[in-house]
Amino acid sequence: MSAPRVYVPADAAALSVGADAVAAAIAAAAQARGIEIQLVRTGTRGMLWLEPLVEVDTADGRVGYGPVNPADVASLFDAGFPDAGAHPLGLGRIDALPWMARQQRLSFERVGVIDPLSLVDYRAHGGLAGLQHARDTGADAVLQQIIDSGLRGRGGAGFPAGIKWRTVAQAPGPRKYIVCNADEGDSGTFADRMLIEGDPFALIEGMAIAGLAVGADRGVVYLRSEYPQAIAVLRRALALARADGLLGAHFDIDLRVGAGAYICGEETSLLESLEGRRGQVRAKPPLPAHHGLFGRPTVVNNVLTLTAVPWILRHGGKAYADFGCGRSRGSMPVQLAGNVRHGGLFECAFGITLRELVVDIGGGTASGRPLRAVQVGGPLGAYFPESLLDTPLDYEAMAAAGGLLGHAGIVVFDDSVDMAAQARFAFEFCALESCGKCTPCRIGSTRGAETLAKVSRGIAPEANLKVVEDLCTVMTDASLCALGGLTALPVMSAIRHFREDFGP
Amino acid sequence: MADTPEFDVRVADALIAAEIAAARDFYGEDANGATALLPILHALQARFGCVPAEAVPLVAEGLNVSRADVRGVLSFYHDFREAPAARHVLKLCRAEACQARGCERVAAHLASAHGLRPGQTRDELTLENVYCLGNCTLGPAALLDERLLANLDESAVDALILGLKESGS
Ligand SMILES: Cc1cc2nc3c(=O)[nH]c(=O)nc-3n(C[C@H](O)[C@H](O)[C@H](O)COP(=O)(O)O)c2cc1C
Ligand code: SF4
Ligand code: FES
Repeated sequence: MSAPRVYVPADAAALSVGADAVAAAIAAAAQARGIEIQLVRTGTRGMLWLEPLVEVDTADGRVGYGPVNPADVASLFDAGFPDAGAHPLGLGRIDALPWMARQQRLSFERVGVIDPLSLVDYRAHGGLAGLQHARDTGADAVLQQIIDSGLRGRGGAGFPAGIKWRTVAQAPGPRKYIVCNADEGDSGTFADRMLIEGDPFALIEGMAIAGLAVGADRGVVYLRSEYPQAIAVLRRALALARADGLLGAHFDIDLRVGAGAYICGEETSLLESLEGRRGQVRAKPPLPAHHGLFGRPTVVNNVLTLTAVPWILRHGGKAYADFGCGRSRGSMPVQLAGNVRHGGLFECAFGITLRELVVDIGGGTASGRPLRAVQVGGPLGAYFPESLLDTPLDYEAMAAAGGLLGHAGIVVFDDSVDMAAQARFAFEFCALESCGKCTPCRIGSTRGAETLAKVSRGIAPEANLKVVEDLCTVMTDASLCALGGLTALPVMSAIRHFREDFGP
Repeated sequence: MADTPEFDVRVADALIAAEIAAARDFYGEDANGATALLPILHALQARFGCVPAEAVPLVAEGLNVSRADVRGVLSFYHDFREAPAARHVLKLCRAEACQARGCERVAAHLASAHGLRPGQTRDELTLENVYCLGNCTLGPAALLDERLLANLDESAVDALILGLKESGS
């Protein structure tokens, strides 16, 4: 029998709270005690308040301990480690924890479970079955499965993936591209990062299936430079996939690293960046599906869109569509962030309410103070007051409530927040990250920040708030892309729901 | 971060040629003039700590684009610097989720107790702002060189700066 496995995450968030030191302490203690173990570095389960979370195997599944400090390691071994002995940090069976049991972990099923850089592990946990199915059934059948699944783009706009793929499949041309958007610039989001660090072969498989479906033999991942750990993991995974023959002349993937521009998450700006230019937004049409990278028909999809694909092919489009509500089908990896007691990655079917997520699952604020506001969907998403927390997580319902779902990042604020400062920040961020193409976005955002500063100093608040509202209208109507076009959402939602903060 | 070497034309030319070849290799005829530009700028900065002015004509020549094109790209992206930073760079996240967890207090403390404002260098440390590092549940977050930090507060920052001073001397 091989040595018992001990699992310690090597996800960037786990590393940031000392997972490497814990892994080293475990290895040293095992050696000192003459106990043979096999240390496996995994992704994270997404329960970030429990990191570093250490797991061991038992007859009825993995059990966990956390959060573990290097100083706890000796007592873990005293308690019988790596046999699952009782210990104050013991959490019991991981799958039985409410956080895990309440999820529908489809895309994240392997994250935190397997060694992300082991193709053996990947295959043993269902990996590559989707690609095999795609090869067996052919491009048309794959397109049909994706259309049947109801999968919509997870990068923000929610465009049906199947329609996009079909457009590219039908576009003429000898060369096409699959571009994975891993720019993940929204504050409060980290699902792309966790997936890449925890299960990179799922992204590779998803892109290979997309290539097969539309007739593309080249893919590109545009990964932001702020994620050095994800870059390192994906680079190694690509090399392993090439050595294995999974990637090669039939389909290969280039890894390109961003350079700190939020706007490069916008798909046409991203393509400009890949072509070696300033990341300025292109007018649409032409759509990237017709005229994308180097003018070739191109699928641009978010990491989570592409990593939903292997599951869909393995279980069928219909099975995926059985999850969710309304026109939002399947599951969404929600990210609970900011001032929340239990935060992290929680993948569930659409339809769950913000209140369930933030209060029941997240446990309210981390500070213990009353919750005041929740921003959903990144810097271009609306601020919701407590009274709107019963809004279900669903593209249409979020829009009806005056917000957007975006990449499903939920940022919690307690009652110490100054919503006028948050509104001002939204303008400042727009000014900082504007690509400069449209005047309302470039200039209006700076004007907006200045005007809100006047409001906070008590200078003609009513008149100046009217100026802000007019600015927002112009930016919404006259911006080429959603950076300028949606900055009004955080600004105006803050004013509408938290008017009392706008004054001296 | 190690000390970065002096600019060297031969080294720069080799880095540029390698990135151009890699792009041609992957994209074939699609690898037009500028395709390799961002990888080149990253490679130069990794090697020399910045993209120095002397490198711009070499890059332009290698890619057959104008110097203005190269400068335009250099200035567009927040990552690239035209002068080297200090031995260590601390990128403090100032985005919303970290705001909700107190990053503004950390920034204020860096300014008042350590005389460090974004864009400034003191001793062996350059401070910069960044907007989200994907550690939004464990903020305030920062990147110290390539190491991700979590749960920063005033005392954590004091300890970090003290540690850098001690390891530097
Ligand atoms: C300012 C701005 C930033 C964006 N940032 C991202 C991003 O970081 N990641 C992403 O996948 N999509 C982002 N998008 C959306 C993309 O333009 C595009 O809709 C998406 O990549 C399409 O993939 P999907 O259909 O799979 O979502 C952004 C859009 C805008 C306007
Ligand atoms: S709205 Fe702003 S970011 Fe978008 S294209 Fe116009 S100037 Fe560029
Ligand atoms: S907002 Fe600071 S790490 Fe995401």
